[in-house]
Amino acid sequence: MSAAAERLRDTDIGEPELEARLVDIWKTPRGFFGWLSSVDHQQIALRYIVTAFFFMALAGIGAVLMRLQLATPDAHVLGPDRYDQLFTMHGSTMMFLFAVPIMEAFAVYLVPLMIGTRNVAFPRLNAFGFWLYLFGGLFLWCCFFSNNGPDVGWFSYTPLSLTQYNVGHRADFWAQMITYTEVSGLAVAVEIIVTTFKMRAPGMSLERIPIFVWGSLVTAFMILFAMPSVMVASTMLILDREVNTHFFDVALGGDNILFQHLFWFFGHPEVYFIFIPATAFVSSIIPTFARRPMFGQAAVVLSLIATAFLSFGLWVHHMFVTGLPRLGESFFTASSMAIAVPSGIQIFCWIATLWSGRPVFRTPLLFVLGFIFNFVIGGLTGVMVASVPIDTQVHDTYFVVAHFHYVLIGGSVFPLIAAVYYWFPKVSGRMLSETLGRWNFWIAFVGFNVAFFPMHILGLEGMPRRIYTYSADMPWGPLNFLSTVGAVIFALSFLLLLWNMIRSGLHGEAAGPNPWDGDTLEWATPSPPPPQNFTRIPVVTGAAPVWENREALPVIAGMSAGKREILVSTLTEAEPDVRETSPEPSIWPLFAAIAVGVTFLWSIYTPWAIVYGAIPIAVTLTGWFWPKNTTEDES
Amino acid sequence: MKGFAAGFGCLAALTLPACSSVQSALAPEGDTARAILQLFLLFVVVCTAVFVVVMASLLVAIVRRRAAAVDPVLRPDPAEERRMAWIIGAGVAATVIILTIFTFASFLTNKSFAEPRPHGLTIKVTGHQWWWQVNYEAHDASQTFETANEIHIPVGQPVKLDFESPDVIHSFWVPNLAGKQDLIPGRYTTLTVKADKPGIFRGQCAEYCGIQHAHMAMYVVAQNQSDFERWRAQQLKSAEAPSNADLGHGQQVFQSSACAMCHTIGGTNAGGQVGPDLTHFGSRMTIAAGTARNSMGNLTGWIADPQRMKPYTRMPAVALTGPDLIAVSHYLESLK
Repeated sequence: MSAAAERLRDTDIGEPELEARLVDIWKTPRGFFGWLSSVDHQQIALRYIVTAFFFMALAGIGAVLMRLQLATPDAHVLGPDRYDQLFTMHGSTMMFLFAVPIMEAFAVYLVPLMIGTRNVAFPRLNAFGFWLYLFGGLFLWCCFFSNNGPDVGWFSYTPLSLTQYNVGHRADFWAQMITYTEVSGLAVAVEIIVTTFKMRAPGMSLERIPIFVWGSLVTAFMILFAMPSVMVASTMLILDREVNTHFFDVALGGDNILFQHLFWFFGHPEVYFIFIPATAFVSSIIPTFARRPMFGQAAVVLSLIATAFLSFGLWVHHMFVTGLPRLGESFFTASSMAIAVPSGIQIFCWIATLWSGRPVFRTPLLFVLGFIFNFVIGGLTGVMVASVPIDTQVHDTYFVVAHFHYVLIGGSVFPLIAAVYYWFPKVSGRMLSETLGRWNFWIAFVGFNVAFFPMHILGLEGMPRRIYTYSADMPWGPLNFLSTVGAVIFALSFLLLLWNMIRSGLHGEAAGPNPWDGDTLEWATPSPPPPQNFTRIPVVTGAAPVWENREALPVIAGMSAGKREILVSTLTEAEPDVRETSPEPSIWPLFAAIAVGVTFLWSIYTPWAIVYGAIPIAVTLTGWFWPKNTTEDES
Repeated sequence: MKGFAAGFGCLAALTLPACSSVQSALAPEGDTARAILQLFLLFVVVCTAVFVVVMASLLVAIVRRRAAAVDPVLRPDPAEERRMAWIIGAGVAATVIILTIFTFASFLTNKSFAEPRPHGLTIKVTGHQWWWQVNYEAHDASQTFETANEIHIPVGQPVKLDFESPDVIHSFWVPNLAGKQDLIPGRYTTLTVKADKPGIFRGQCAEYCGIQHAHMAMYVVAQNQSDFERWRAQQLKSAEAPSNADLGHGQQVFQSSACAMCHTIGGTNAGGQVGPDLTHFGSRMTIAAGTARNSMGNLTGWIADPQRMKPYTRMPAVALTGPDLIAVSHYLESLK
């Protein structure tokens, strides 16, 4: 590109020419190779979302198979080996390959649009993270399909996961899958934090940041602090297995409770980095359909932050029956109860917003209402399991299975489906069918409750988790059968969603830029958004910019029309600070991800892989960061 | 033998509703389980009330009559906003009060369990993949004995269970009597249980412990003091000598085949330490840690092919001829 073209400013040319130039500059290169080198946040986020839903489908089919096995006593649908692999794959996939990545993916898609910028910070890191996540997930499922799936639960407690009780490499595959997905999770967390802090449109001071962006930011910080803990746990596990360290070998002074502390110090916050983005979806959707700004916006944001802090102080409630000092455990009862307060504040604010608004009942709002119903149940049973004495009865029973599915599905997947209905028009330019949407909601709502409510009773009646069968002598048959019927109905609701997405994606009604009349910036750009997101960067004048500027949003002038340029703004007030060049597409993140992925995989078989693998990693990283004489930042 | 017969009767009746609560937190038969159920019911009542109030407000919020949807209201009525803020404030205060009550109620219940209680009997329970070893301890070594997958306790007195696991983490859980307690390699854990009245309670391992976690059950038999003493006296004895030639042949097969490598039968040459002690095997209600009822047919099937009844169990199939198999089964069933 000539120097003259690079110096071209948006003030020099008319709107149509500017738009054409920016599309040309920001679009993903043509061809398969170009597709592989994309660094566009929309593209990468969509790849994450499709991949995460693909893994969810696999884990969901696994869940239905397990339900068929448990539908009747002494069934032979699955043998114990297959069943144990399936429940491990189900939990690991849903937590590591679906729930966390999909929430991060929505953030990668929406945050730049909501804060009015053109891409995420570190776009190549974003691409790298996606590839690594994809390889980690495919690798885990290839292991499963070759009958080598991990079979020690998604928590892989030692000593059961040590070589003495788990021969072969099954537990190693689990540990390395964690490593892949953690690296990718940390990459996204860093991007979201920097994007939110430094790339907001001028005028979007802290109090004007949309709640969804706050939720993504809070989640990113939680990921940053919690994920290293599980990475340490899984790495210590694989070291014990492969190079004979003795972190968890009791005979040589190791400690198995240590693994549980490390795992749950991550594991409990993890529940909240699935849940916080979900509540942030809800707080984005409710104002649009209640036709008023969120009631208590500041209280809701502070609740998200409080939830994040508290969630680091209650991991021990997963360990109440390990024999820790009984009275010391009471502290964790108190902290686990306390986290209900910020959740309660959010629920009250949602109800108040609906109360004083004029609700419009479209599918996204239906899913949100279903969410409130399910989540209140899950939250209340959460208060029950926070109590040490009650937990000693219900821990590791189907009561807990019911509880956390109410929180994770009722509390997170319902908002996620609401988000799919809400933002699908933005992503595709077409509306999802409202009729199919209503069917989808009611089938999902009924199926979910029929599948999971009976599990509370099963748990109290003494049915433990993770058993592949039970005797006809036990009174658990009828409720298990009912639960299986519900699970099948619930699974059908996802087929309906898929059908709706395919049908409406091809033939749906055109959406236009703002079909729901939403108030955040993503609705101020066409659907689907162009690769540069905004042809001119908007200026934000309030908390509901689209509603406040019905004619046209004010925009800034003077950005380059000849190169990938973004605006860096100040942390609190979002005053324009620096113009910076955003990286071009590159194939190197893919190569680097391949090099890192192969090294992780290889290290299962020999520790020398780390030494030899460092060479291709260094080569690919050098290619990635090779200087290209791009102009530096301009103030 | 009366306790045994009663136990068998109840076991046979397990499919009947009357006995369907042998493994249920909702049918407490011990002080700990009863206190937990009371606490749980308090939570259930209050939480149900909270649920009803929240859902009613949500319902009213979405159905109450008002003008149809128009342009979004950017500046909502300040008086109404203030009113709602007060109501939410009250809701938050109520939440805090309820949670504080819950926390203290839990603390007090917990405290009552945490205090050491005087106890009579001490029983060491060892979790193995996938069965329970049970050792009755006493200062006098002649008063100790070992059994498996079945724990007899006298009613009305606290019994201390000391836990140990040589392999992986297990969890001891007999919901009718008390909450669960993990057995963790390298750690000492304990639980005190007290049964109120005679009865048979089922328990099951509650921490995933490998491929046959589903078949790691045990029974707790609570008996009157006299029944318990009678049972204990019987357990202290060595195994009954074979009373006829057929049983003698069974004993001989047991001792000369792989069986004796893993199992002990007190008073005979069989002294293996790997599997359950079989000295009084015939008196037990189930085989293979609660996998099947203890009957001649089940036992024969189990010995002939353990992997069919309980795949991946540590017990291998021992090649025996048909008559030898029958003889061993008869012999084991005779060990009352």
